[in-house]
Amino acid sequence: MTLKTEPFVINLGPVHPSTHGVFRLRATLDGEVVMDIEPIIGYLHRGIEKIAEGRNYKQDIPLTDRLDYVASMSNNLPYVMAVEKLAEIAVPERAEYIRIIMAEMQRIASHLLAVGSLANDLGTFFTPFQYMFREREKIVDLFEMVCGQRLLYNYMRFGGVSHDIPDEFIPALCKLVSTMPGFIDEYDQLLAENEILLARLKGVGILPKELAINSSVSGPMLRASGVEWDIRKVDSYSVYDRFNFDIPTEVIGDCYDRYRVRIQEMRQSVRILEQAIEQLPPGEVLAKVSPRLKPPVGEAYAHIEAPKGELGFYLVSDNSEKPYRLHIRAPSLINLTALREMVIGWKLADAIVIFGSIDICLGEVDR
Amino acid sequence: MGFRRYGNGIAKGMALTFKHLFRKPITTQYPEERLNVSRRTRGTQIIWNRDTCIACSACARACPIGCIDMSTSRGEDKKLKVDNITIDFGLCIFCGLCVEACPVGNAIFLSYNWEYAEYQRSKLVLSNDELLYSNTKQVSGYYHPDVEKTLPEQTLLVNRTNRGKPWD
Repeated sequence: MTLKTEPFVINLGPVHPSTHGVFRLRATLDGEVVMDIEPIIGYLHRGIEKIAEGRNYKQDIPLTDRLDYVASMSNNLPYVMAVEKLAEIAVPERAEYIRIIMAEMQRIASHLLAVGSLANDLGTFFTPFQYMFREREKIVDLFEMVCGQRLLYNYMRFGGVSHDIPDEFIPALCKLVSTMPGFIDEYDQLLAENEILLARLKGVGILPKELAINSSVSGPMLRASGVEWDIRKVDSYSVYDRFNFDIPTEVIGDCYDRYRVRIQEMRQSVRILEQAIEQLPPGEVLAKVSPRLKPPVGEAYAHIEAPKGELGFYLVSDNSEKPYRLHIRAPSLINLTALREMVIGWKLADAIVIFGSIDICLGEVDR
Repeated sequence: MGFRRYGNGIAKGMALTFKHLFRKPITTQYPEERLNVSRRTRGTQIIWNRDTCIACSACARACPIGCIDMSTSRGEDKKLKVDNITIDFGLCIFCGLCVEACPVGNAIFLSYNWEYAEYQRSKLVLSNDELLYSNTKQVSGYYHPDVEKTLPEQTLLVNRTNRGKPWD
């Protein structure tokens, strides 16, 4: 005898702890199994791209902080790179190194949050999260030391960074970098072999390689599906070509692989940090740039490997103080497009986990 | 996953949890105990110096959200002076661009204080003399390296150890 079930529609969100922000999922369920899912976005839409057209180039830097607000440093970087491309500003070498140190620290901090909140979505009520936040706190402390705030840094400027790093920064960073591998081992000890975690993540929400490429997914999600694609290597920007690091990839593309890629990327970031501290040259950190910057008519696109994927800024200038058009290629939004394919056929509780493994930030999805 | 080995991973995780059971807590009891914030803290006040201000309005122009309202006029000696300056701290995002824009360098500061609350929104709008330095406000070292040196060193979690393990 088969039980007759009728599909019914439920709403997840817009305010729901598992959606990492204000995000709504309309799920059609057959019993507990997800038949169809429809993401509804726009609850955090602030019109950042439009606001940016009304402000001058420098005033748009604080706006970029508010895109992916858990990785503000990585958002500053492609924006200032796009403006530098447009206005042909040369960046001092020391500033390039400081930018890379900040971007890699931010990558570790963002991945810690991603892994911690993924474990939270599994139902571990904040226990692994606390371990991850301990290290994130150390990194945020260092950001605070450099730029004075803990979340919205507003640190990068056209032609460098706003301040030089203080004297006590490098010793503290050295201490962090030397202890970090041990802490990553600690996370592995806590999570990597945990049977509950394996049962919930292994084989769940598989994103095949072809689908990953076709839906233009980027970042850890793409690498978990087995594509070796990292903007730092394939279109090297700043001084990334001077460092030795690997691109961690996995094969299957399930939730566990995405978790593994993030953990391994943190180890690679620590490697880059070690080399960057060693090579850090003395000198200026900010090139002379007019406060009333008017880039020549033209357009520029700059992209970086942000923690969540390829983050790009497309700028059009009409030789005025304000950008004519700013478009942001936000990795979270584009990674989210693969959600429907991954979720269908899984139970609702797994859908939450798959959603968590994408690691989106709603500030960036809605902009 | 064989039945025999099932539970190994959980046991490993619990071993780590157990290790943390015997260390001292790292938390501080906030209102009584306080950690030092960064010397460059972009605190929740803007301090204005009437004596050094040349009334150029550069800070008001630099502000991304326009929360600084400044009106100026020429006095009898043909020098610009500030008639009225109003800052809405309910709008201010404390980005520090006004401090960077100041051409004299010591007319506008961010504060080192970061506790700021009022019962009414209208009280967050400060103007003229309310913006001046007072003994309840401390100047931050943001963009002011000379001030930065005088402030106490920031407490860093990296430097806090706890009996060697597992916090070191």
